[in-house]
Amino acid sequence: MDDATARRAQVSGSNRPPDGGFAWPEEGLTRIPDWVYTSQEIYEREVERIFHGRTWNYVGLEAEVPEAGDFKRSFVGPTPVIVSRDKAGAVHVFENRCAHRGAEFCRHQHGHAKEFVCPYHQWTYDLAGRLIGIPFRRGLNKEGGMPRDFEPAAHSPQALAVATHRGVIFASYASDMESLEDYLTPDILKDFEATFDGRRLKLLGYYRNTQPANWKLYHENLKDPYHATLLHTYLVTFGLLVAGNKSAMIVDPKGRHGVMGSAKSEDGAQVDDASKREMRTFHENMKLNDPRILDYVKEFASPWSVTMMTIWPNLIVQRELNTLGTRQIVPHGPGEFTMIWTMFGYEGDDEAMTRHRLRQGNLMGPAGFLGLEDNEAMKFVQDGIRKSAEEKAGLLELGGREEGSSETLITEAAIRSMYRYWRDVMGL
Amino acid sequence: METAPLRLKGFPRGAVAQAPFRELRREIEEFHAEYCYVLDNNEIEAWPQFFADDAVYRITARENVEADLPVGLVYCEGLAMIKDRAFAIAHTAMFDPRYLQHMVSNIRVTAASPSGEVSAEANYLVLQTLIDEDTRMLQAGRYFDRFVRSGDRLLLKERHCVYDTLRIDNSLVYPV
Repeated sequence: MDDATARRAQVSGSNRPPDGGFAWPEEGLTRIPDWVYTSQEIYEREVERIFHGRTWNYVGLEAEVPEAGDFKRSFVGPTPVIVSRDKAGAVHVFENRCAHRGAEFCRHQHGHAKEFVCPYHQWTYDLAGRLIGIPFRRGLNKEGGMPRDFEPAAHSPQALAVATHRGVIFASYASDMESLEDYLTPDILKDFEATFDGRRLKLLGYYRNTQPANWKLYHENLKDPYHATLLHTYLVTFGLLVAGNKSAMIVDPKGRHGVMGSAKSEDGAQVDDASKREMRTFHENMKLNDPRILDYVKEFASPWSVTMMTIWPNLIVQRELNTLGTRQIVPHGPGEFTMIWTMFGYEGDDEAMTRHRLRQGNLMGPAGFLGLEDNEAMKFVQDGIRKSAEEKAGLLELGGREEGSSETLITEAAIRSMYRYWRDVMGL
Repeated sequence: METAPLRLKGFPRGAVAQAPFRELRREIEEFHAEYCYVLDNNEIEAWPQFFADDAVYRITARENVEADLPVGLVYCEGLAMIKDRAFAIAHTAMFDPRYLQHMVSNIRVTAASPSGEVSAEANYLVLQTLIDEDTRMLQAGRYFDRFVRSGDRLLLKERHCVYDTLRIDNSLVYPV
């Protein structure tokens, strides 16, 4: 974090509950109070109860650690972890924090290792994260060293539970989590398996960006199909996701996961004149010099050509036509998070398909035609809330007071469902 | 714990001696000055004129080059895609107003072929100013360029902007 980022983070968080404590507005879930996005106390409770609580957190793809000895750095909530594959092929996730002085000992983004050695005093960990070596443990010439009764095994870095499904790796601080499949629930699992359809993944590369916004705003943005029909010229003008398309906003029974899906109309946008008048971003005569960016190669067993999946608490799965990726949320406080984008195709893609995915990648990411607009809009929301002189609340009445799944795009029902779940977990 | 030397596939490292390329280097410096002027002066729709018809323009993180991963934060194949990006930024994209300053230095000519194709590298910095915020560094990186000649002008046939600044500050709107 540079000075400016630190300064911004500082002003964006507040250590004080608002006057009256964390009281939810009496209107209920159609109001979201500002402190949800700005309070340091709320953020700390989220780390404890959500990211470090009973959740499966995305930490990477098996394609990133394909061989025994491969590792990558990752995060669970804000906490640095190592994802590694041992000699037997099992994937392990453990904290990247030396048992000795707390050093974040693994410094390379990814790599291949026989063991991990903390550079400070060379305490050594195996590929499963077990403490296996302490230099001069018995001292020198019978002087110094660790106490006789010190047991290295009892001081290994915190290991997390691991679950993988179709090449995607999740970790949990809870040791008795339900299975990942049960956690996702059938409707969400179905779309997860449409993208992760059994083909082996091929990494295409990474984007990373910091975002001066509360991490939940990212979930909300993808549970808010209303914005998709208004903010993004590329979606509405070219008919990728526009009011009138066959579409759905699917929410799991608990309200924490979601899938926003839409079927691209075959002949560009089928938008009636009344809808066009509602959308300032609709550009009637906009034509692309190179329309290949909008091509859709049908390769998925799904009615949707576009899906954005939010998997609580830190994963977004992007399937936007043929550009595919995971996005991992790494929160740093109430007012900032890092987003790690991992773009992929499949083993077996030929050169032409890989280039198609790369060209279509211009839609997404922090420089993408859609992605940059999302990042800007979320920053505007955080700016408005943190600069507010008094505590206020956001207004979410589209779709009335309904919650859960819906087939219209003009609704905020999925956001209300998320906050019903969030309030329950947070005890608010 | 050193990092690997930054090398992009297909681009030669070049020799230590730069004297044979002195004239080319001057010409490329002029090219950078005009290219940056257009971007910094908010003339985004004039930006495509620096590219050849079959140009590849890519912005990517250094970690992707090190791991030989092909993704582009921006990935344009051909002048048509470059023009579409310029149009979107000029007319349809939604973003906070901003000022940019591009600084280019340390130009190295790494190869020149008899057909007139020239490979070169240069370091760049992009400073970005948002209206309510301090001026901040958006990117520090290196251009890997392949120029071709069109009449008396150099045009980019390839430009790979490889940035060290792995974490983008929220969004990257304008080209580098």
